[in-house]
Amino acid sequence: MEKSLAQYWKKNLSLMLILLSIWAVVSYGCGILFVEQLNAIKIGGFPLGFWFAQQGAIYTFVVLIFVYYFRMQKMDKEFDVHE
Amino acid sequence: MSILAWTYIMVGLTFGLYLTIAWIARVKTTKGFYVAGGGVSPLANGMATAADWMSAASFISMAGLISFMGYTGSIYLLGWTGGYVLLALLLAPYLRKFGKFTVPDFVGDRYYSDVARFVALVCAIFVSFTYVAGQMRGVGIVFSRFLEVDVNTGVLIGMAIVFFYSSLGGMKGITYTQVAQYVVLIVAYLIPAIAISIQITGNPIPQLGFGNTIASGVDTGKYLLETLDGLNRDLGFSEYTRAFGPGSKTMLDVFCITLALMVGTAGLPHVIIRFYTVPNVRGARLSAGFALLFIAILYTTAPAVASFARYNMINTINNTPYSAAPNWVKNWEKTGLIVWVDKNNDGIIQYTKGDAFKDKPKLTGETGSFGQRLVSNEIVSDNANEVYIDNDIMVLANPEIANLPAWVIALVAAGGLAAALSTASGLLLVISSAISHDLYYRMINRQASEQKQLAVGRVMIGAAVIIAGYFGINPPGFVAQVVAFAFGLAASSFFPIIVLGIFSKRTNREGAICGMIAGICFTFFYIVNIKFMGGTPWLMGISAEGIGAVGMVINFVVTLLVSSLTPPPPAEVQELVESIRFPRGAGASVEH
Repeated sequence: MEKSLAQYWKKNLSLMLILLSIWAVVSYGCGILFVEQLNAIKIGGFPLGFWFAQQGAIYTFVVLIFVYYFRMQKMDKEFDVHE
Repeated sequence: MSILAWTYIMVGLTFGLYLTIAWIARVKTTKGFYVAGGGVSPLANGMATAADWMSAASFISMAGLISFMGYTGSIYLLGWTGGYVLLALLLAPYLRKFGKFTVPDFVGDRYYSDVARFVALVCAIFVSFTYVAGQMRGVGIVFSRFLEVDVNTGVLIGMAIVFFYSSLGGMKGITYTQVAQYVVLIVAYLIPAIAISIQITGNPIPQLGFGNTIASGVDTGKYLLETLDGLNRDLGFSEYTRAFGPGSKTMLDVFCITLALMVGTAGLPHVIIRFYTVPNVRGARLSAGFALLFIAILYTTAPAVASFARYNMINTINNTPYSAAPNWVKNWEKTGLIVWVDKNNDGIIQYTKGDAFKDKPKLTGETGSFGQRLVSNEIVSDNANEVYIDNDIMVLANPEIANLPAWVIALVAAGGLAAALSTASGLLLVISSAISHDLYYRMINRQASEQKQLAVGRVMIGAAVIIAGYFGINPPGFVAQVVAFAFGLAASSFFPIIVLGIFSKRTNREGAICGMIAGICFTFFYIVNIKFMGGTPWLMGISAEGIGAVGMVINFVVTLLVSSLTPPPPAEVQELVESIRFPRGAGASVEH
């Protein structure tokens, strides 16, 4: 039991780490640090960096939270800690 | 029917709806009063959180700000949405499992210290008051512009409404009213946005429309954003989509402000407290997703509205003879939100970079030779710009600019009120619960009966409404400045110690108290130095709005360092930390 709870927590942390890395890349990476380089690419009328900063990052945020929700649902059941 | 008649009908109907909901949802228990009985569905909580979060500033001011700032306006878009990822992954599920009523509850119990509890409650009250004063002012302004009543009367009406439904229904009443307020505000935001998107680009989806080509007029066939870049360049502004560069914020500053706003969002008590209202941990995770989805609908529309408004504004105003200016210019001149001073006496409106005159406009009540409203401000003569435009006009005047029918204009008024009232009520509840639950019940009178606690809670809402209303009627000159405080302090105080409280068992009382004090003091003095004493942003040019990010890092470092040098927390606290990491049993864990 103890071991499996420790595993659950470890898996939760690594999932979080992956999702938070994506969070940082789309907002701080694409939207701020590399915005000028990405702006050289145009998607329709949008410079890509500008699009990430004002649209793309926000869509990604929403997806990240729902991915976390569904993955954790599965994990809670797998480790039998669900409500 | 006239705009005024429509506005009375819309505002009357929506207010009637809020009051009816509050009456149906009235409560008799402290659990109902503080956390809506913990039985709100994730979908409803998501909507309520979205309405709670999106204030008068999001609804009325944000698109206007972005319109003037171009790319740099992204700090608000990213900063005010990205925090929800942190909330969903790092805070909400664990705080729900912990299952008390307030943020100071968690801080006090996790760090087994009434000092920590007290510091947290002072921060919660300060942050909430800063915020709520702005909301009451927003209510007053919407009333005065759309219903043509005095600003002060508007504030008083707003106070009465908020007091009625928050004291009667507590968190439960507030939650279900906020669900209704979300629907009102999002419909009011989307209808004009869609209409303008169709007018300018032919695309009914604003999020796609502002990447399209312009459908009619002189710029037909050119991309909207490219055209805006050109217009901005011609008028002496920096290009609309261009990042950084002269006249804009530096990359480091944009980075820090975005981080401070994100972390601040995740640390704001009125947002965190919403996740106590769902039945379980699963619900907390899911409602964070719904909340951000509902927020994103407005936040991805806002930058589109911003670019449409900028294009419309430059096209209809610049180099247009005043006599030929569209009606909305003249309508909004009355309110002082747009002012034209004819510097070169040619009767033509010139709009370029620079201030038309010093300070906010002071209307004299007289009109000039072309019929324009005159101001008594000192004219700035080192530039050719003749136009003063308040950011707020971009959303408020949008329906008129797009020639939409009167009922849409009325709907925007109701939407602005919904945004301001929903945020105000959430904040008032935090203030009330901090005093009646954290201070009175937890620290002064542990024997207080349920009824007595409820009575104190209701009286405290009343007191908070009166203080907030006072600031709404007599706004201190520094309201705009103190907003930096709200986010800076939330980022540098709550966020680090809550995260460490969940993810590090080793973090102890000594570390948390030192960390909070170090983070707050650094942030506080840096902001005071810049905003009130005219100091320069000495730390690598980071502005007052962004310094909370540095304060947060200081808090993390100090908390970890001091914790490692002092004894670990007692065994029962370590067990508490262990227990909040696993969802099972959250439904039953609420106790007072």
